[in-house]
Amino acid sequence: MARARTGVRALGAVLAAVLGASLAGCSSTGGKRAEDARKAQSAAGKAAVTTPRWTFAMVTHSGDGDTFWDIVQNGAEQAAVKDNINFLYSHSDEGQQQAQLVQAAIDKKVNGLIVSLAKPDAMKDVIAKAEKAGIPVITVNSGSEQSKAYGALTHIGQDETIAGEAVGDELDRRGKKKALCVLHEQGNVGHEQRCAGAKKTFGGQMQNLYVDGTNMPDVQASIEAKLQADRSIDSVVTLGAPFADAAVQARKTAESEAEVDTFDLNAKVATALTAGTLGFAVDQQPYLQGYEAVDLLWLYKYNADVLGGGRPVLTGPQIITKNDAAELQQYTERGTR
Amino acid sequence: MSATAPPATPDSTPAKTDERLLRTSPLRKLLGRPELGSVVGAVAVFLFFSIIAESFLRASSLSTVLYAASTLGIMAVPVALLMIGGEFDLSAGVLVTSSALISSMFSYQMTANVWVGVLVSLLVTLAVGVFNGFMLTRTKLPSFIITLGTFLMLTGLNLGFTKLISGTVSTKSIADMEGFESAKKLFASQLTLGDVTLKVTILWWFVLVALATWILLRTRFGNWIFAVGGGADAARAVGVPVNKTKIGLYMGVAFAAWISGQHLLFSFDVVQSGEGVGNELTYIIAAVIGGCLITGGYGSAIGSAVGAFIFGMTSKGIVYAEWNPDWFKFFLGAMLLLATLLNAWVRKRAEASK
Repeated sequence: MARARTGVRALGAVLAAVLGASLAGCSSTGGKRAEDARKAQSAAGKAAVTTPRWTFAMVTHSGDGDTFWDIVQNGAEQAAVKDNINFLYSHSDEGQQQAQLVQAAIDKKVNGLIVSLAKPDAMKDVIAKAEKAGIPVITVNSGSEQSKAYGALTHIGQDETIAGEAVGDELDRRGKKKALCVLHEQGNVGHEQRCAGAKKTFGGQMQNLYVDGTNMPDVQASIEAKLQADRSIDSVVTLGAPFADAAVQARKTAESEAEVDTFDLNAKVATALTAGTLGFAVDQQPYLQGYEAVDLLWLYKYNADVLGGGRPVLTGPQIITKNDAAELQQYTERGTR
Repeated sequence: MSATAPPATPDSTPAKTDERLLRTSPLRKLLGRPELGSVVGAVAVFLFFSIIAESFLRASSLSTVLYAASTLGIMAVPVALLMIGGEFDLSAGVLVTSSALISSMFSYQMTANVWVGVLVSLLVTLAVGVFNGFMLTRTKLPSFIITLGTFLMLTGLNLGFTKLISGTVSTKSIADMEGFESAKKLFASQLTLGDVTLKVTILWWFVLVALATWILLRTRFGNWIFAVGGGADAARAVGVPVNKTKIGLYMGVAFAAWISGQHLLFSFDVVQSGEGVGNELTYIIAAVIGGCLITGGYGSAIGSAVGAFIFGMTSKGIVYAEWNPDWFKFFLGAMLLLATLLNAWVRKRAEASK
């Protein structure tokens, strides 16, 4: 034991030394200090209304650590601050568990529910229960077809097929002939719809490539392999922002001329668009999905307003090219675009 | 080709050579090697894809396959050693992501030279290895439980800390910070020879395989690993420091996770906090295809490299062959079973003819 203690003490000493060294070994470029310098002091969040403090719960099908859903959550939280809402968030990528989380929210007697319908069948019963309990429901992101039938007030999101079609059109406009659609989650219905939509409007030929989204070097190697196997591919479309960068590196190694385009946006994509290493990005504005969901629930509670007239309210697709990217960069860095 | 009867001497003395000496015949030696089955498998897979996919044999394609194999192989080496030592590590996949996150966030938040973050990451990653080994030897719980706990905790910490510190689920870019370029050279550079691009991970992989082979076959620690995996109690009885050996093996895994993590960070400069889940099984698969016994005490570092190579060839070969990728996992599972059966068969033959 004594020896173990000495070991811990030694480790502590080393850590302290490193911490000390880190103060000396500062980087004069980049990092948090640069960010702080850049960032203008924004006013602290404060409610803009005097309505009662209602509780809204949002339950999504997001996996752990998903960039996209993080932005949705940011939007919802900021709207909640403004609308004086107590906002609860939970998520699970398993349909059954997501339904249980919704049930828990109903048990808690929340005043409003925001749900994504990636696995609509699993959510059907529990949404009916919410309705019976008198809780208004707004669906976001996926599930535009089921939303109305299940009794939700409004659906806010992007139609994946329409988004895909926009990509096909844009590829045509750029004169592409052979495209690759990179899917990073096998069996995700939304992903399949995006590629199918793109295939529908694209005049050229389009192939699907499945990669393992949790293993970035492997994503890169797979795209690399595909570009080497088929030299005539002139555009690569990734379905998530983090994979665009892997595709760019794969193109470099495979010495391919293909243009890389992507769904979704993040700070790196915005930078790459500005630099011209990416062709275009298709944004469905996740911030808007979270923000509008909370805001519309508040409007319903306060003023019985409903938006969309029973039809989904679309937040995308918005095609972002080099011209728009520079302006969006600062927003991607703070995590709202 | 009769290995059992060596060429008889003309005078044929009745006193034949001692039967134990037969073991030294090269063929016998080869049959006894743990990686033999996987080498046969690798050759088969290689020939298969060479015939099926026309672009597979190009030099540039092979370098891609090597890259895919190397990122997996770097981790498969210490995982194989750990399995020879009779233990598992389910936290290895997520630890890679942790290691990348720590370097990135420490450098960024402290506005420190990137190398400082890299060093801090090494210490923390090794500490996780020590934690795994220490918990294992102290509690006597199965490594499956201990590392499953670490796996879940790390997954949560990765996400929780990243969100807390960066405000988003991925780290901020550190590409414009001091030290980035030199660190990138070490962990994520590439060498271009003609139209072939070789990634530095391949070099790391080869060095690790060589180092691990030397440790296993030429050092006392290597003997301890085999002894500990073959029977911990017997090993302890003859004076092998069982606990130290196991802690050392977990530190080995942590060290390789650090290298992989730094590669991840410096090749993409932004790290997603949710990555790495599921990769621990891939490392174990590579080690098992390469001839490591799940029960411990048997296996080799070269075998793990061959296993990783088979994995890389299969996963990328399917792309080169332009097959429907829906079936990839099935193919991989079948390959795993076949390789393991082939291993078992070869080993049984080798032992039977001893």
